[in-house]
Amino acid sequence: MPKTILSVDDSASMRQMVKLTLSGAGYHVIEAADGCEALARAGDGISMVLTDLNMPNMDGLTLIRELRKLPAYRGVPIIFLTTESDAAKKNAAKEAGATAWIVKPFQQDQLLGVVRKVLGS
Amino acid sequence: MSGHPDPTQTFLEEAADLLNQLEEALLGLEQSPDDRELIDTAFRALHTIKGSGAMFGFDRMANFTHHLENAFERVRKGELPASTPLIGVALAAKDHIRALLESPDSVDPAVDREVLASVAALVGSPAPVAAKSVAPVSAPVPTIWRIRFRLPADALVRGTNPLLLLDEMRSLGPCTVVPLTEAVPPLAEMDPTACYLGWEVILTTDQGKSAIEDVFIFVIDEIELKIEPATSEDAKLGEILVCRGDAAIEAVEAAAAQQRKLGTVLLQDGQLSADGLRGALAEQKHVRKDAEAGKAAAQSASSIRVPAERLDSLMDQVGELVIAEARLKQLVGASHDPLIKAIAEEIERLANGLRDTTMGIRMLPIGSLFSRFRRLVRDLSNETAKDVGLSMAGEETELDKTVIERLNDPLVHIIRNSLDHGIEDAASRVQAGKPAQGRVHLSAVHSGAQVLITVKDDGKGLDRDRIRAKAEEQGLIAPGAKLTDSELFQFIFHPGFSTAKQVTNLSGRGVGMDVVKRAVTALRGTIEVASEAGQGTTITLALPLTLAIIDGLLVRVGKGRYVIPLSAVEECVELSAAEDLRHSGRNFLNIRNELVPFMRLRECFHSTQKADPYQKVVVVSSGERRIGLVVDQVIGDHQTVIKSLSKLHSDADSFSGATILGDGTVALILDVGHLVATSQANEQRRQAS
Repeated sequence: MPKTILSVDDSASMRQMVKLTLSGAGYHVIEAADGCEALARAGDGISMVLTDLNMPNMDGLTLIRELRKLPAYRGVPIIFLTTESDAAKKNAAKEAGATAWIVKPFQQDQLLGVVRKVLGS
Repeated sequence: MSGHPDPTQTFLEEAADLLNQLEEALLGLEQSPDDRELIDTAFRALHTIKGSGAMFGFDRMANFTHHLENAFERVRKGELPASTPLIGVALAAKDHIRALLESPDSVDPAVDREVLASVAALVGSPAPVAAKSVAPVSAPVPTIWRIRFRLPADALVRGTNPLLLLDEMRSLGPCTVVPLTEAVPPLAEMDPTACYLGWEVILTTDQGKSAIEDVFIFVIDEIELKIEPATSEDAKLGEILVCRGDAAIEAVEAAAAQQRKLGTVLLQDGQLSADGLRGALAEQKHVRKDAEAGKAAAQSASSIRVPAERLDSLMDQVGELVIAEARLKQLVGASHDPLIKAIAEEIERLANGLRDTTMGIRMLPIGSLFSRFRRLVRDLSNETAKDVGLSMAGEETELDKTVIERLNDPLVHIIRNSLDHGIEDAASRVQAGKPAQGRVHLSAVHSGAQVLITVKDDGKGLDRDRIRAKAEEQGLIAPGAKLTDSELFQFIFHPGFSTAKQVTNLSGRGVGMDVVKRAVTALRGTIEVASEAGQGTTITLALPLTLAIIDGLLVRVGKGRYVIPLSAVEECVELSAAEDLRHSGRNFLNIRNELVPFMRLRECFHSTQKADPYQKVVVVSSGERRIGLVVDQVIGDHQTVIKSLSKLHSDADSFSGATILGDGTVALILDVGHLVATSQANEQRRQAS
C-alpha cells in the first residue's frame, strides 16, 4: 500500500514536478491548489503534507494551523516548499507545527531525500 | 517518462497565464492604486513565476523577477505606493520577463540591468528591515453566525425599522432569516403599533463578530441580542437544539430514544418551542447549503489544460462523425427494421450531444481578447499624446477559440485607427464641446448564431464628402450616384482606398482596412460602419459563433443541392406559377405587404433543368437587408460540417464553403451576405438603366 502525500501549491508546474518526483519513488500524490482546497482534500490516510507558503485564498501558515487542529493531523509531518528563507517566517512555521522547510529551487533528489527521511523508509 | 506531461512545458503555459494576470492587475492598479486584491494578485504572480522559474532552470529570469517581486512586496506592506511610474516600469519588466522566458539567449543582459535600474530608481534603497516581524495576514475565512434579536414592544413607534437591520445584515453576506412569532398575541388582543416579532438570522460572513454588532449599534441598549457562532455542517438536529439552548440535553436524548422524528416529539412534549424548532431547522439547512456551495466552488475551480491541437483534432473527428451519422440516417430512412431505427436515433442523439460538448469546450470568453487591448490603448494614448479611456462590455460572451485568435489583428487595426485618426487631441475636443478624454468602447453581444463585436469611438467621425470624392475619382461610383451612408462607408474597405493620404479618419498605417475586411470575411463574418460627423464612428463585426459546424437548410436548385445557413433564414414561402408569371418583369415579392426583392438561383447558377411547377422562396437576411432566394425544393434542415473550398475555387464568391451530404455527395454552402449584396447591386443597375 503506497503512502499518500498531499501536495499543495498554486503553481501547477510545481505540483507536477513534485508528483513526478514522488510517484517515481512509489508514493501516491494528491494535489491541491491552495489552502482551502487542501483542507477539503485532507481526509484520512494522508501520510505527509507538502505545502507552499504564499498561495491565494488560504496561505500555507493558515493551512498548517487549521490542519493541526484536526485530530487526524496532529502527527502528520508537514513540510514547507517555498522560496522564502526569512528566519521570522521559518519560526512562525515552526511554532505552527511545521516539520521541515525546503527552500526552492531544490533538486529532485533533495526533496526525495527529505521525504524518505521524514517518512522513515 | 514520455507518457508524462513535461513540467517545464506546464510551467511555460502557467507563466504565460500569470504574466497575463500580472498585466491585468497592473492595469487595474492604474485605475485604483489602493486595491489590495490587485496588489496581492500582482505580487503573487511575480512570486510564483520566480519560484517555479528557478525550479525549471530559468535562473536569469528568476533573478530578474526577484527584484521586481521585492518592489511589490513593499507595495503590499504599504511602504510604497503603486504609482503610475512604478506600474509603467512593471509593465516593461513584464514584457522583459516574457522575452526571458521565450528566448533567454537572444535578450541582451544590458536590458536586465536597465530595467532593474529603473525599478531601483523608483523604489529607492530597500527599507531597513523592521525588528519585529509582521505576522502574515491570513485571508479572512467566512464564519457562520447565529444572531437572535428581539426589539422592545414600542420600537416601531420610536422609529426603529427592523427591516433596515435585516437589510444591513444581508449586506454582510448570505443569510437566512426566521421570524420568531411566538410572542404574537391573538388578533383581538393585538396592539397594531407594537412589535411582537423577534428574528433569528443565520449569517455567513467573513467580516467578524464586530461587524454584526455594528449593525445594532443604534439600538443596542434596548434590544435583546445574542450573537453566537452557528453549529458545524454535520451536526444533527438534536445537537443543534442543545447547542442553541432550545432544548435540554436530557429531553433530546429521551426523545431520540423514541425513534420518531425528533422535532415532533419534543414539540409534543412541550420541551421545545415552535420558534426554536424552526430556527434550528433553518440553521441546519443554511449551514449545509453553505458547505455544499463551498465544495461546489472548489470543484468548479478544478480544470485541466489541454493542448489546442488535441481540441482541433477532436473537432475534426466530431465533424466526421456527424457526416457518418447523416449517412446512417439516410440509409435507415429506407429501412423498415425498427431495431436499426432505434439504434440510429440513439446514435444521432449521442452525436449531437458530442458535437455540442465539443463546441462548448472550444468556446472562450472574448474577455481574454479584450483585455489585451487595454494595454494597446494605454500604449497608443501615450504614443499619440491623447488621453483615451477604454471601456468594455460583454467580456463574458463566448466565441470559438479560432475565431477569437483570428480577431486579434483586425481589432488591433480598428482600435489603432480610432486612436490615430478618429479621436482628436484634447484641445480640439474641448473646442468641439466634448470631454477632453476620448473614449473607445468595446462590446460583444450574442445575436442568434452570431456574435456582434462593436468598436465605438467618440472621435470626429468619417468624412462623407471626401470618401465620395475619392470613390468617384477612382471610378468606383458614378458621379452623383445615390448611396446610403453605410454603402458609402463600405468603400473604406476597398483595396487601395486606404493608401490615400488622410482621406478618412480610418486611413491606415501599413495595412489597410481591406485587410481587416478580408480577415473578417474569412471568418464568415460581416463588417458594418456607422458614423456621425463630429460624434464618432461605430464599427460592428458580425461573426459566426463557430467555424466548424452549423445548422443549415438544405435546398435543391435544378439537380444541385445547396446549404443555406439556418441563422440567416427568416422564412420559406411558396412561389406559385401564377405569381411567378406576374412577377416575371420585376423581381419583387409581396410578403405581408412588404416588398422583398428576390433572386432566382437557377438563373444565377445557370441551371438548364426545367423548373419545378411550385418553386419555393427562402427569405434570408444579412444585416438589415432581406432577399428571397427562389429554389426548386426545400429539403430540410441539415447538420453542416463546413469544409473550406480549395484555392482553385477561391473566386467562387457566392459560396462560403462546402459540405458532404449523407449519401456522400457534395453540397455547396451559400454565402448569404454576398448574395444579398449582389442582389442589391443588380437592383441598382436596373434602376439606373
